[in-house]
Amino acid sequence: MERVPILSIGDVLLVSIQIDLQDQSAVALQEDLAEKISATRATGVVIDISAVEIVDSFIGRMFATIASISRLFDANTVVVGMRPAVAITLVELGLSLGEVRTALDLERGMRILRSLRADGKGLLGGQDGSVVAAR
Amino acid sequence: MTTDVGRGHRLRETMTASSDRLVARWGELAAGAVRGRVTTTELERDFHEMFNSLLPVVGDDGSALHETEYTEIKALLANLSRARARQGFSPSETASSVFALKQAVYELTENDEDASLFRDLLAFSTLVDALGLWTFETYAAAREEIITEQSEQLLELTTPVVKLWEGVLAVPLVGTLDSARTQVVMEKLLEGLVDSGSQHAIVDITGVLAVDTQVAQHLLKTVMAARLMGAECVISGIRPQIAQTIVALGIEFGDIVTKATLADALRHAFLRDGVEVVRRTPAAGS
Repeated sequence: MERVPILSIGDVLLVSIQIDLQDQSAVALQEDLAEKISATRATGVVIDISAVEIVDSFIGRMFATIASISRLFDANTVVVGMRPAVAITLVELGLSLGEVRTALDLERGMRILRSLRADGKGLLGGQDGSVVAAR
Repeated sequence: MTTDVGRGHRLRETMTASSDRLVARWGELAAGAVRGRVTTTELERDFHEMFNSLLPVVGDDGSALHETEYTEIKALLANLSRARARQGFSPSETASSVFALKQAVYELTENDEDASLFRDLLAFSTLVDALGLWTFETYAAAREEIITEQSEQLLELTTPVVKLWEGVLAVPLVGTLDSARTQVVMEKLLEGLVDSGSQHAIVDITGVLAVDTQVAQHLLKTVMAARLMGAECVISGIRPQIAQTIVALGIEFGDIVTKATLADALRHAFLRDGVEVVRRTPAAGS
């Protein structure tokens, strides 16, 4: 089973999915991500799916699940780079991504996370990233 | 054919003997039916070829059109009716060109008292009828082809994705929306968003004549798909009657932004992007 690497950039975790996800890998990713968020106290998760060409309902639901998990750690989730075909498939499947935010590319995704942090939405960190209140 | 060697022999002889006169008369009669839109010379050229491939089957009653000896005449007739369909002739005009041959042949044999010739003529008449019907069939098939081609072209033509501003794309929809067209629109718009990196999309339905539940469903899907990709999609140009229909049908647009005009939608996109449009006060004296 292939594991999807999780990279840490500052207080953001970057997950770039470069393979056709199997259900097992998806479950493993959820577990790994939960561990990693808790360990690094990340405030944002970016999932880059620009290389993903095929999705099914299980993978579609995974995004929502990851977002819900991250929310419990007070981190925002942004899915970036979704391809048109994938978007159409998800809509046809009737899946909504719940509270997942989406962005056209990685850059915009990072910008969204930055602005969310600046707004202090759902975060207790200060402007400079220092923790001003106990989490 | 082998069992009945003599059949149609007499008629064929007569027709071969005066073939030039026959073709000329045929062209003349047919030219009258198509009301001068095709010149007699053109008709005669076509008919000459057709006449030659028709001669071998004279004597048959046309009940076995699928036989190989009909291949050539059928191909010629198919070409004729296809050309006619493209030129905008009606099916009756096309078929009457073929039926005109009957009159030409009758005129030729009018004064002949031979009984066997009369029998041949009857068979010949049935044969020409069968060939006429064949032109009808190919004409209909050709028309079908044209319609399919045109609807494909229309699909391509009427769904342009235009860039209104840096980061703002618009699709002005015109005409009626069906699943096939919405699919094309959806794909084109989403691809446009990716290619140009635009964050705002406007679907303008000013030119859409009617909205039913299905069309609304398609629109909603497009908006949702754009959202999934991280772009914002606004629907604009909802006309009063359509607004009434939408409400009467109980279609929920949810949190999707709808604007009255394309201008409003563009302003909305500007607002979201932080773009400000300022009218410069004209300099004093001007």
